[in-house]
Amino acid sequence: MSRKITLAAAAAAVIGLMAVPAMADGVKIGMITTLSGGGSGLGIDIRDGFELALKQGGGKLGGIEVEVITQDDARKPETAKQIADRMVKSDKVDIMTGIVWSNLAMAVVPGVTKDGVFYISPNAGPSALAGKMCSENYFNVAWQNDNLHEAMGQHVTDKGFKNVYIMAPNYPAGKDALAGFKRFYKGNVAGEVYTKLGQKDYAAEISALRAAKPDAVFFFLPGGMGINFLKQYAQAGLKDSIPLFGPAFSFDETILTPVGDAALGVFNTSQWNADIDNAANRAFVADFIAEYGRRPSLYASQGYDAARLIGSALKAVGGDMSDKSAFRMALTKAEFESVRGNFRFGSNHHPIQDIYVRQVYQNDKGELTNKIVGKVFTDHQDAYAKDCKM
Amino acid sequence: MTALLVLEQVLNGLQLGVMLFLLAAGLTLIFGIMDLINLAHGSLYMVGAFVAASVSQWTGSFMLGLLAAMPAAAAVGMAVEMIALRTLYERNHLDQVLATFGLILFFNELVRIIWGPRAIFMDVPEALSGTIEIVPGAPYPAFRLAIIAVGIAVAVFLYFLISRTRIGMLIRAGASNREMVGALGVDVKLLFTLVFGLGAALAGLAGAMAGPIFAVEVGMGEGVLILTFVVIVIGGIGSVRGALVGALLVGLVDTLGRAFLPTLLRLVADPATADGVGASVASMSIYILMAAVLVWRPRGLFPAHG
Repeated sequence: MSRKITLAAAAAAVIGLMAVPAMADGVKIGMITTLSGGGSGLGIDIRDGFELALKQGGGKLGGIEVEVITQDDARKPETAKQIADRMVKSDKVDIMTGIVWSNLAMAVVPGVTKDGVFYISPNAGPSALAGKMCSENYFNVAWQNDNLHEAMGQHVTDKGFKNVYIMAPNYPAGKDALAGFKRFYKGNVAGEVYTKLGQKDYAAEISALRAAKPDAVFFFLPGGMGINFLKQYAQAGLKDSIPLFGPAFSFDETILTPVGDAALGVFNTSQWNADIDNAANRAFVADFIAEYGRRPSLYASQGYDAARLIGSALKAVGGDMSDKSAFRMALTKAEFESVRGNFRFGSNHHPIQDIYVRQVYQNDKGELTNKIVGKVFTDHQDAYAKDCKM
Repeated sequence: MTALLVLEQVLNGLQLGVMLFLLAAGLTLIFGIMDLINLAHGSLYMVGAFVAASVSQWTGSFMLGLLAAMPAAAAVGMAVEMIALRTLYERNHLDQVLATFGLILFFNELVRIIWGPRAIFMDVPEALSGTIEIVPGAPYPAFRLAIIAVGIAVAVFLYFLISRTRIGMLIRAGASNREMVGALGVDVKLLFTLVFGLGAALAGLAGAMAGPIFAVEVGMGEGVLILTFVVIVIGGIGSVRGALVGALLVGLVDTLGRAFLPTLLRLVADPATADGVGASVASMSIYILMAAVLVWRPRGLFPAHG
C-alpha cells in the first residue's frame, strides 16, 4: 500500500516539474555577468543599465516581448562556460550578453557564436575577437579593449610627458591596455609592470614605481583593484608628486565613492560621461538615479546601449528571430539612439566613436564624479579591424 | 635597484606578513585545537572590515571603528560556532569544507543585503595618513608602520596568553591531544567556543586594519583566505609560533618576488618576456615555497602535535 502511495507521489512530482513554465515563443536573452565577489560592481551596473532599458520599454525591447535570464559568473571562466552551455543548449537563448572580463569572454564567445547565437558585448572587447577571431554573430557595443588606453596614450603625449610608468593586471585586457597605450604614446616607458588579477596589496609595486622616478603613471586596474591601488598610492604620498592617468575603468563611479579624495583631480579617458548632452543621455542618467539611487557608471551606460541596440534590431525584424541574416543586418545598422550620440559599427562590429578626457571632481551635491574636459579622438576605430576577414 | 628600495620592499613584505599573521593565528588555533577547517574565516575578516568602516564613518573615529570591529567579529564568530559548527567537529574534513564554504556564500549575501553590492569607503585615520622617513630618503606610509606595530603587539599578547595563562595552557593541551583534555574534565565545548571567538576577534582586527588600504567589498576575504591557509600549512597546524614565522616568510617571499623577479629575469631575457613571465612566476612563488617546505618538513615548520 505505501509503495503505491510513494509511486503516486513520485509521479505527481515528475508531472509537477514538467508543468513548470511552458516554453514561450518569445525572444530569449541570456545575460552572464559578474554579480558577486571582487569586481561585481561592474556586472551589477551593466545589469542595472540593461534592466533600466527593459523597464522603460515596459518589459519589452523595441516593442517586442523578451525574456531575460541573468546568471552570475563570479569572475570565473569555468562558471561562465558552464552557464553559457546551459543557456545555449537547454534554455535555447537567441541572444547573449553581459560578460565583464576579457578572459571570460574568450572562454565563452567563440563557442556560442559558432552555435548561431548572437553575442552583444556590453564590456569585454579583447583584441583577438576584434581581429583574427571576429565573427559575424559577435557585436561589441562598448569599445575594443585598447581604445580608451590609446586615447590616454595620445593625451599624455599631447601634454608633454616623456617618462611614463605603466601598470596593468596580467590578463588579456591588461595586455591590450598597455599595448594600446604604447601604440599612441611617443615617449619613454619608465617601467612596465603586470600585476596579478585580483591583487589587493600594491605596496611592492608602489615602492618600485617611486624608485624608477617617472614623470607620470598610467595604470589600468578595474574594480576593487583600482580602489586598492588609488588608496595606497595616496597614502604613499605620491598623489601630488607623480600625476596619475588611466582609462575610465580606473575612475568610474563604482570606484570613486569608496576611494574618496584620493582620486580627486585625476584625468581619465572615456567614450561616455553623464554630462554628454543629448536627449537619450539626459533621460538615461535621470532615470538611472531615480530607479537605483546612485549615479550610473560607464558600465551602466554600456548595458543600457546594449539593450537599446538589441531593441532596435528586434523592432526591425518584428521580433522574428528565424531569419538570422536579417537580424544580423539590423544589428549592423545600429539604428538606435545611443547615450553617446552618434553611433556606428566598423567592419568588425566594433564601434567607431569619439573618446573624451574627463577629470574627477566633487559636484555641488558633494558626490565624486567626472566631467568632460576635452576630446582626444573623433571617430576613432580600433587597430584590429584590418585583421578581421568579414 | 638600490639598498633603500630593497629596505622598503622588505618593510612591505613584513607588513603583509603581519596582516597574514593576524588571520593565520586564529585559523591555526581553530584548525589545531578543534580540527575544524574553517573556510568562513575570511568572512569574519570581511565582517570586521565592514563594521569598522561603518562605525568609523558614523562616529568619524577610526579607533572606535577598530574597537567595534573586534567584539562584533567575535560575537558573530561565536554565534556561528554555536549554531552551525558544533555538529561538524565529529565529521570529516570534507564535510567541514562544504559546510563552511556554504557559510562563505551566506556571509557574502548577508553583507550585500545589509551594506549593498558596491564597495564602501574607509579612510586612514588623520594621525596616520602621512609618511615617516624611518631611513632618510625612504618615506614609508605611517599607517603601514602602524599595522606592523599592531601585529607585533598581538604576537606578544598571544605569546603571554598561550604560555603564561591557564587558558593558554588549555589551548596548548587541546592542540596536542584533544581527547585527553576532555577526559581530564575540562569543559571542551566552552573552550572551543572561546577559542573560536578569539580567532574571530583577530580576524576582525585584521579586517579593520585592512579596511583603509584595501577595498572594503563583498568577497574581500576569499583571496586572503587562500594565503592564510598557505601560511598555516607552512608554519604547522596548531602552532601560533609557526603562524608567525610562516606569515612573515610568505609575506616576504610574495612581496620580494613581485618586486624583484621581473628585474632579475631581465638579465637573461628581453623586457617584455621578463615582465610577463616574472609576474606569473612571482604569483606562484608562495606555492613553490610551500611545496619546498613540505618536502623538507612534511608537517610544517613548527607542528603542534609533536
